[in-house]
Amino acid sequence: MSLEIRALRAGYGEQDVLRSCDLRLEPGEVVGVVGPNGAGKSTLVRVLTRRLPVRGGSVSVDGRPLDRFGRLELARKMAVVPQLPELPAGYTVRELVSMGRTPHLGLLRPERDEDRRAVEAALRTTDTLRLADRPATRLSGGERQRVVLARALAQSPRYLLLDEPTNHLDLRYQVEVLAFTRREVQRGMAALVVLHDLNLAASACDRLVVLQEGRNVAEGPPARVLTAPLVSRVYGTDVEVHALGTRPLIVPRFDRA
Amino acid sequence: MARALARQGAARRTGPGPLLVSGLALAIVVVAAISVGSVRVLPGAVLGALLDGVRGHHSGTVDTIVWQLRLPRVLLASLVGASLALAGATFQGVFRNPLADPYLLGAASGAGFGASVVLVFAGAVPWLAHVGVGWAAFACALATVAVVALLARQGRGLPAVSLILAGVVLGSSLSAATSFLMLAARDRAAGILSWLLGSFAFASWDRVAAMLPLLVPAVLVLLLAGRALDVMQLGDESAAQLGVPVEAVKLILLATATLATAAAVSVAGVIGFVGLVVPHAVRLAFGPRHVRLIPLSAVWGAIFLVLADLCARTVLAPAEIPVGIVTALVGGPFFLLLLRRQRSGS
Repeated sequence: MSLEIRALRAGYGEQDVLRSCDLRLEPGEVVGVVGPNGAGKSTLVRVLTRRLPVRGGSVSVDGRPLDRFGRLELARKMAVVPQLPELPAGYTVRELVSMGRTPHLGLLRPERDEDRRAVEAALRTTDTLRLADRPATRLSGGERQRVVLARALAQSPRYLLLDEPTNHLDLRYQVEVLAFTRREVQRGMAALVVLHDLNLAASACDRLVVLQEGRNVAEGPPARVLTAPLVSRVYGTDVEVHALGTRPLIVPRFDRA
Repeated sequence: MARALARQGAARRTGPGPLLVSGLALAIVVVAAISVGSVRVLPGAVLGALLDGVRGHHSGTVDTIVWQLRLPRVLLASLVGASLALAGATFQGVFRNPLADPYLLGAASGAGFGASVVLVFAGAVPWLAHVGVGWAAFACALATVAVVALLARQGRGLPAVSLILAGVVLGSSLSAATSFLMLAARDRAAGILSWLLGSFAFASWDRVAAMLPLLVPAVLVLLLAGRALDVMQLGDESAAQLGVPVEAVKLILLATATLATAAAVSVAGVIGFVGLVVPHAVRLAFGPRHVRLIPLSAVWGAIFLVLADLCARTVLAPAEIPVGIVTALVGGPFFLLLLRRQRSGS
């Protein structure tokens, strides 16, 4: 059981953005995807959500090619926390999180007990149960992101895809979103997180994949991957890397910029 | 106290109460509308006459007034009101825009043009007279929206902005053509105008029967679309990731709502504001969930139009005002009020 990407090629128009990307995601781990702007992180997300076709290589989920899944079937396997989630006005938190059950219900079947239980559990995990009957539009940015995460968890997916989930959040909520994700992963889910902040990625992920110009340039545990020469080369700016326990700490060097 | 209020709020959004209450309100309004008119029939007598008819023995003038004059008119008004409000709620949901309704995509101006062509040329071209105003309006409303959709199509998608632009532009051209017909055939202008403003003065069982085969399937499809519409409020991408075939659902819903609108317009003329005002009011009163909004819009659309028609035929009795004037006069200010309440509420 795994999500497997091999030599993936994909892009827009004439241009390939991803040239050769390899990635393997297994239950119980949080894998971070990092890399400079234009490296292909968002393209990777678009391929996995089937908004962009696979041009070369392969993507398979639990041994089956991605394009062989029905819509609902895929949505039961994989949930997405998008970069800029929209929360429509007037809906309560519970109503929004309940929408995560759509892949299990289709468009017509009424909610069953197990659906209500899944919603309740997702609310509890993300600490949004006390907000359940409030209109989501009245919440703060961090609370809203938790609601979106709750909706993804209510899908009961095996694979969770988070596309820069910490953008525009302050430190507390950044940590929270990733901590909730880690907690779910310990219960057997797998998470793929696209992140900009290398230090956040280093402290929240079990493994990192570094993309540059559409190819993997490094992969492995944060401490092994994020070395000063590699980060400096990939991002084109000098950094120092210090060891903080088992985690690396990346510090940009302004004197040489 | 706070908890009780919260529970009440939750019941307002989930329980079967609102639909029952609204259904009851519709029943009361229907009986009241049948009882009021040039000959007053007391509500008790209305119920009696209705029962007589159901049992199959008609007797006396009251039964005739109720069954042949008032009931078809009230039924037609409720069917048309339900269709227009349902279609409005659907369009607003699909476009995620509270100002959308089928008229915006040219359904109204298309129907108006089709009807005017028949009203002006029926004398000269016999087959046009054979087609009749209703069918011409129906066909032209559908054709206009179809052309608008074709013009706006980009790849497999139907972007809202180009749809609305194409609808407004084509709609304006058709309205201009209708105005030209009115000026060119001045003797028919009054007929065209009264049709354009909508009326139930010519309601009959035939028209109710013409409307039902289109309306029943449309209502069923739209009633089943609640969850899809709710999920689509998250945006196309999120809806697709939750397994909703977004483009297909949009196409089916827009086609169905347009069909319902065309059917309504073909039997009653162009009645404005129902599709806009009713879903708004329902959303404010009962929350935004389409699972609930769609059926309630249908019921309140029926209530609104039966009451509007009641005004249209009683305010200046024995003369009648076109019902489209009533809905615009009442609906416009009411809509502005809702807008203000919405702004101060959120």
